[in-house]
Amino acid sequence: MSTTVIAEIPGHERPSVERVNYLNVDHSVKSWLLTHDHKRIALLYLISITLMFFVGGFFAVLMRLNLIEPTGLVAPETYNKLFTMHGVIMVFFFLVPSIPATLGNFLVPMMIGARDLAFPRINLLSWYIYILGAAFTLYAVISGGVDTGWTFYTPYSSSFSHTSVIPTAVGVFITGFSSILTGLNFIVTIHKMRAPGLTWFRLPLFIWAMYATSVIFILGTPVIAITLFLLGLERLLHIGIFDPAIGGDPILFQHMFWFYSHPAVYIMILPGMGVMSELITAFSRKRIFGYTFVAFSSLAIAIISFLVWGHHMFVTGQSVYAGLIFSVLSFLVAIPSAIKVFNWTATLYKGSISYEAPMLYALGFIGLFTMGGLTGLFLASLATDVHLNGTYFIVAHFHYIMVGGAVMAYLGGLHFWWPKITGRLYPDAWARFAALVIFVGFNLTFFPQFVLGYLGMPRRYAVYPGEFQVLNVMSSAGASILGVGYLIPLIYFIWSFKYGPLAGPNPWGAKGLEWTTPSPPPTENFEEVPIVTEQAYNYAGTSESAHG
Amino acid sequence: MADMAAHNAHHGQHDAFQHQFEDMEQQRDAGTFGMWVFLAQEIMFFGGIFGAYIVYRVLFHDAFEIGSNLLNVRFGAINTIVLIASSLTMAMAIHSAQAGKKGKTQVMYLLLTVLLGVIFLTLKFSFEWRTDYHEHLIPGFGFVIRNAWGGAGIHVPLFFCFYFFMTGLHALHMIIGIPIILVIAVMAWRNRFDEVYYAPLEMVGLYWHFVDIVWIFLFPLLYLVGGRYLSNGGQ
Ligand code: HEM
Ligand SMILES: [Cu+2]
Repeated sequence: MSTTVIAEIPGHERPSVERVNYLNVDHSVKSWLLTHDHKRIALLYLISITLMFFVGGFFAVLMRLNLIEPTGLVAPETYNKLFTMHGVIMVFFFLVPSIPATLGNFLVPMMIGARDLAFPRINLLSWYIYILGAAFTLYAVISGGVDTGWTFYTPYSSSFSHTSVIPTAVGVFITGFSSILTGLNFIVTIHKMRAPGLTWFRLPLFIWAMYATSVIFILGTPVIAITLFLLGLERLLHIGIFDPAIGGDPILFQHMFWFYSHPAVYIMILPGMGVMSELITAFSRKRIFGYTFVAFSSLAIAIISFLVWGHHMFVTGQSVYAGLIFSVLSFLVAIPSAIKVFNWTATLYKGSISYEAPMLYALGFIGLFTMGGLTGLFLASLATDVHLNGTYFIVAHFHYIMVGGAVMAYLGGLHFWWPKITGRLYPDAWARFAALVIFVGFNLTFFPQFVLGYLGMPRRYAVYPGEFQVLNVMSSAGASILGVGYLIPLIYFIWSFKYGPLAGPNPWGAKGLEWTTPSPPPTENFEEVPIVTEQAYNYAGTSESAHG
Repeated sequence: MADMAAHNAHHGQHDAFQHQFEDMEQQRDAGTFGMWVFLAQEIMFFGGIFGAYIVYRVLFHDAFEIGSNLLNVRFGAINTIVLIASSLTMAMAIHSAQAGKKGKTQVMYLLLTVLLGVIFLTLKFSFEWRTDYHEHLIPGFGFVIRNAWGGAGIHVPLFFCFYFFMTGLHALHMIIGIPIILVIAVMAWRNRFDEVYYAPLEMVGLYWHFVDIVWIFLFPLLYLVGGRYLSNGGQ
């Protein structure tokens, strides 16, 4: 605050060396590690989760290598550890924090015209908590790994596994609190700190998505914390909570685990849906079709997602009636997701569409997410699930959503806001090329897995019958293409951060308060508090009355 | 920027003002609302364990009655009264700030609250839990299943597991709360709170009341619902 900011008229970009912004106000390490600036904390998160992404990806590469040969290349015990550590790291340390902690942290205050989140110190604390949790989990990896699957099913995890279950569970337990603090900060900020004139129905849909995600953070995460605590207690003290041999009930663990983890899958996809609404409107130069439907479908997802956990337990011996109800509810939760897909598509209709790199990711998302969602309905039907449960079909289903959907949206968002975050452009041709490589690599990796699962290949085995080899080799080949696709952006982003051409405040000509400030923004975000007089995505420049 | 400086100068009397807010009122609103959101999180945190407890109580009805009957209801009852009293003194502390009373009055009520909290914890740990230990009722620490309990005996440790976990988690919340109250008391001693600005006091009060309410649910669930007064238990 004490620094002098040279007054800047948006649109009149000066060389960034002259202008003081959040990146160059202070270069010391201390100023980064003790920062209260939401934008710097977003970058701290960005670096940390990128590291975790590549650690998790490394395990995936080893798994796909192993599956090239039907007899496997590594010992089954090792394979069990590979898929567990891949799942734990990707779910809890990459995908759950991905969009909220990086883009969300950066954009929530900027999009609502605030100087920072409501509780900047708590924001920094959440990053340190994340790091502590990650440290425990990485310790578990180094100290021999863990082999329970990311689901930690009891009694295997509590009484039989000889691997580092406790450090992993402690790591996940701790990281949960960083999510809770992020969610708390977002909810309070969105409620209390919107700029004058920024009513709820003028908010960008990204904000609605962040809000819905935060609700799940607050209501879901504590339950997984308690569940893992009980698991640790049983493992340490040998008191029967979940292990039937000593008086517990293993099904209760599954209920408690999925009570969190089904909503958690929506933690992973809702933010991506928010990014999508921004990208689709910006690159088709149109207002979103059916704003209120898209906004409320986020909340509907957040609420219904708490009522469907039993669809993970159709064959674990819950009553038939419970199964029926969970099946119906699972079909219901697909409706708000479908509403969003319809509305994005309708937004494209008659828009002036351009195919910059972020838009390529967005279009990829629509197709891949739809496939993931529709195959979810196969799994939510009781009879088909009996056949598909525990096979590669499930692996394909959730990767279509979590990688084809969530990671695509994350990358699309990163490409979209990168010029705002760093003030610099990346090479567009390379970016489009990478998006294409990722799309092809992804489909080649995971589409064969639908077929494999349908044919009956079970998941989580190191070996398989010879007749599945062709499809498995296809999948492994796809994985290597996908891996290359992820490395390309890593390289040009690092290059762009230093050498990229200057971006200017609004390189895409997009709407939204974040584009009205210089790039990179000053520490205070806005030179003066903006006053909002129009609804979101006003690309046509029309008046308030034309809704929808 | 100029705008910012004006803000700080305007609210110069409160060095507690933080730059990301527009004014003191927005800051106070955000703080209180944040506390409520935090408490929603706490409800789910305790909710998970309450849910599990209720499921097991239905499943292992007899064992849980035996366990409940082994608890010393006298300790539980005294502690309930102590805790309710501490909620009262906490409310009085906030009230005296709102009414514009001197910092010293607030400090007195806050210290009373801490004292009652310490009494609660002393009763819990050095009397109640110690007796439980001597009676071999702590799972994992030499728990002895008695023949008199019959077939239900195998599940009695489960009851005690929940008992220690739930009351322990509750006590942990108090142990976290007490130093925070002391910090607030120091602030009150320096006359930081008045009828305009008492947000931190109010927030620690919300937290303390929440911890009390959790106990109000724990006490009947653990000590009373055992059917002590309906059946003769497993003795
Ligand atoms: C569109 C609505 C969706 C429906 C109806 C649906 C349905 C299902 C069902 C029934 C299962 C259980 C299959 C079984 O275990 O036999 C399942 C598994 C799974 N789904 Fe979905 N799903 C949907 C969306 C999502 C989303 C949005 C995500 C993630 C972002 C997701 C991630 C997962 C994961 C991770 C699993 C497997 C968990 C495991 O066993 O390891 N699903 N889905
Ligand atoms: Cu689910």
